[in-house]
Amino acid sequence: MQPIIDLDNLSVTLGKRPILKNLKVELTGRAIGLLGPNGAGKTTLIHTLLGFYPINQGTARIFGQDIRVAPKKIRGLIGYMPERDAFIDGMSCIQFIQMMGELSGLPSDIALERAHEALFFVGLGEARYRSIDTYSLGMKQLAKLAQAIVHGPKLLILDEPTNGLDPPTRQRMLKLIRDIRDTNQVNILLSSHLLRDVEESCEEILILKDGRVATYCDLEAERKSNRKFLEMETFGNNLIFGQAIAKLGCEYALVGEKRIKIILQDGVEVGDLYKIAAQYELQIRRLNFKRDSLEDIFLKAMEDK
Amino acid sequence: MAVFEQKYKPYADELTPHWSRFLVIPRYAYKEIFQSRLFLALFVSCFVYPLACMLIVYLHHNATALEMLKLPITQVIPIDLDFFYYFVVVQSTFGFFVTMFIGPTLVAKDVTNNALALYLCRPFSRFEYVLGKMATLLILLSLITWLPGILLFLLQSYLEGISWLFGNLRIIFAILVGSSIWILLLALMSQAISAWVKWRVAAMGILLGLFFIPNAMAAIIKGIFETNWGYLISTRSLMRTILADLFKHSTRIEIPVWSAWTALLVICAICLFLLFKKVKAYEVIS
Repeated sequence: MQPIIDLDNLSVTLGKRPILKNLKVELTGRAIGLLGPNGAGKTTLIHTLLGFYPINQGTARIFGQDIRVAPKKIRGLIGYMPERDAFIDGMSCIQFIQMMGELSGLPSDIALERAHEALFFVGLGEARYRSIDTYSLGMKQLAKLAQAIVHGPKLLILDEPTNGLDPPTRQRMLKLIRDIRDTNQVNILLSSHLLRDVEESCEEILILKDGRVATYCDLEAERKSNRKFLEMETFGNNLIFGQAIAKLGCEYALVGEKRIKIILQDGVEVGDLYKIAAQYELQIRRLNFKRDSLEDIFLKAMEDK
Repeated sequence: MAVFEQKYKPYADELTPHWSRFLVIPRYAYKEIFQSRLFLALFVSCFVYPLACMLIVYLHHNATALEMLKLPITQVIPIDLDFFYYFVVVQSTFGFFVTMFIGPTLVAKDVTNNALALYLCRPFSRFEYVLGKMATLLILLSLITWLPGILLFLLQSYLEGISWLFGNLRIIFAILVGSSIWILLLALMSQAISAWVKWRVAAMGILLGLFFIPNAMAAIIKGIFETNWGYLISTRSLMRTILADLFKHSTRIEIPVWSAWTALLVICAICLFLLFKKVKAYEVIS
């Protein structure tokens, strides 16, 4: 599968300070979360991909094309929602979105039609003739999303899309991002400080630390790989049950009379535990996998490097 | 497609040619600019002098009207190089006021509202952005400077005869070159100021000052050092020199023509440098 974004020893220096250092990673996911502490280089990476900052060393390719060779062609495939407030003064929202569509190459009438659609899609349909100056922060964020999707990009880059949003608007924004992702027509690169936002909307994560790649992983696969640790609440003779599963090679620990913690060995499935429990007439009343949260993965990445 | 579907849709149909996209900027700018009644009044007043000139040209060729009015207009206002020289000077002044009105906010608004990133994240270069902003001014200024000038010339040629046209081709050249240089200078200076000064009133003051203060400084330099080279910093003096040369006008010229052209080129280069220094999606602070 062709990577969406391919970074090959990418280094970027701003002023005299190296910001991105030899980034080497191939991003292939439908929705990729870009994480990292402040100053890790997330926004610099986004700006570099958009051609705002020059590359010092290495290359970056988007959909297989070097960003230095065909910058305009690549930017035509990208929709970008900036972190900061960004709009054109003195315009109604519909005019603003239409203009952005036209600058991306849409004919005027189609740009107007798609501007209406984009604004209805993000939920600003009723407010589309109002001047953006009069919008609340949440509405401005939604307008920024609308301008990023008006021309139907293949890669949507969202820089802190939920910044400053109240909980309902944040949920709405995340739902929109998931809806866009689930169309399978567009790839998303989402940069955020908020781990929950990334967890709720992304399938893969790239964690940067000090301008280097700390972790790149498939969130679901990472969680699955940690599905070895079980915690069970039981009713019956825990000790006999524990001894029986120990014969399968699993480690166990009894926690009181009704709880048992188990580390599954390769080849042992949860079904086997049920069979043994049935054999010893033990009731399994609750069974939990310990799932690694994104926070665990993030903190681990921060400790590792 | 309908708005009630409310779902994301990609776009894969035809796109507009790249070269034409810079014209999107002036189109949207005019929608806003012409909402101001004050500007509309100013813009309309820019056509009063060309209409008056056209009337004079017409009267020159209408014996009945001349007899009725009993005005010795053919002797008082002859249609010659000087007539077109004053036409360009008057219209250039109006051009300056139009620039004062719309120039200072063109780039400043985008810089203030972080809009440059929105332009430049699209298949749209910094050059196209600057070209689009310049076109906003250049198109408007063309409508009040060289376009009516050429129309006036053609009217005179039509009424006087084809031999007058061929005998005065220099006038067309002078109108085109003189006006073009002036509107290009106005557009570049106002854009450069607009990129660096966010406050409209301050930008207008600086633009006004740049056209008048250097002239006073040049006069002071002349008074102290007894040299005319100080006029190289005065854009008014530079333009006066170039227009006088183009129209063979008898205005007092303080500096050689070649030096005026060179100084104008340097000013334009400085303006472009300042403009491109500021027109960036994001600034990098060293």
